[in-house]
Amino acid sequence: MTDTKTLPELTYDVTATTVVLGALATRDWRPMHHDHDFAVNRNGTADIFMNTPNLAAWFERYITDWTGPKGRLGRMTFRIRDSIFPGNVMRFTGAVRDEEVDDTGCKWVTLDIDLHADDRLATTCTARVAIPVDDSDNPWARKGDTWRP
Amino acid sequence: MSERQYERTADFPVERGYIWTSCSSVENGNPLFWDDAVAEELTGGPIAPSSMLSVWFRPHNWAPGRTEQELPLQVHFDLKEQYALPEAVMTDNTIIFYEPIRPGDVITSAQVLKSVSEEKTTKLGTGRFWVIDVEYTNQRGDLVGVESYTGFGYRR
Repeated sequence: MTDTKTLPELTYDVTATTVVLGALATRDWRPMHHDHDFAVNRNGTADIFMNTPNLAAWFERYITDWTGPKGRLGRMTFRIRDSIFPGNVMRFTGAVRDEEVDDTGCKWVTLDIDLHADDRLATTCTARVAIPVDDSDNPWARKGDTWRP
Repeated sequence: MSERQYERTADFPVERGYIWTSCSSVENGNPLFWDDAVAEELTGGPIAPSSMLSVWFRPHNWAPGRTEQELPLQVHFDLKEQYALPEAVMTDNTIIFYEPIRPGDVITSAQVLKSVSEEKTTKLGTGRFWVIDVEYTNQRGDLVGVESYTGFGYRR
């Protein structure tokens, strides 16, 4: 974490395999995530598209790439504005909006993350993540009243 | 509205094969999921990625003796039928994470319908927005997470 206000950009070339593997890894068998004909002719979309639970997994990966393994997600909200299709380049960018230490001593950062698919803003995400307050702290040790996500 | 519906216990326990498949699908190299020593030190043993919360209650695509396709977010499909809206997408999603989920856990979920909008027209078509909460607990009754979905059911 050299720059504490901006997260490093992540780009990724999406293929049909990305979309299909992501859907199956999240046990989502619905055809618009693997069947081109169904996606185009029933859903009216340009192609098969990434499913919501897999998007969540991408955001988690982007966040914990930055925090390291001690980073613990408390809350994640995302709004899907547009779909992600094979052939798109996904680009994640993020910044720290807020930092606080709660009454129990847990340090929280609030992150704003944008996910573009080529030039389209596809999804926005706000995440509340616990990070260690110092080297001896471990957010994963918190439970019950000391975990306030 | 606001009542717990479709309380349902998962078909299978949380297992590491799926954890690795999920990490692989997004190239998530977090050592918490790949290095047992790190998992032992930080979380007292292996856990699942937080974002996999909803994975553990999604039904198999087929199971012996089953005659109808089981749907993972039944309230969503009930609303599509009730309002005669053949297509639907999810728009907003909030997930709150509590106790970590571990291999061997068996997750129970319950669905709560929070709201349904008036009819609205978007670029997809005409339909309604609705909000459904899914509450997840483990086999000890600990709350592991709450997921809140906004869906848009529509006609083209």
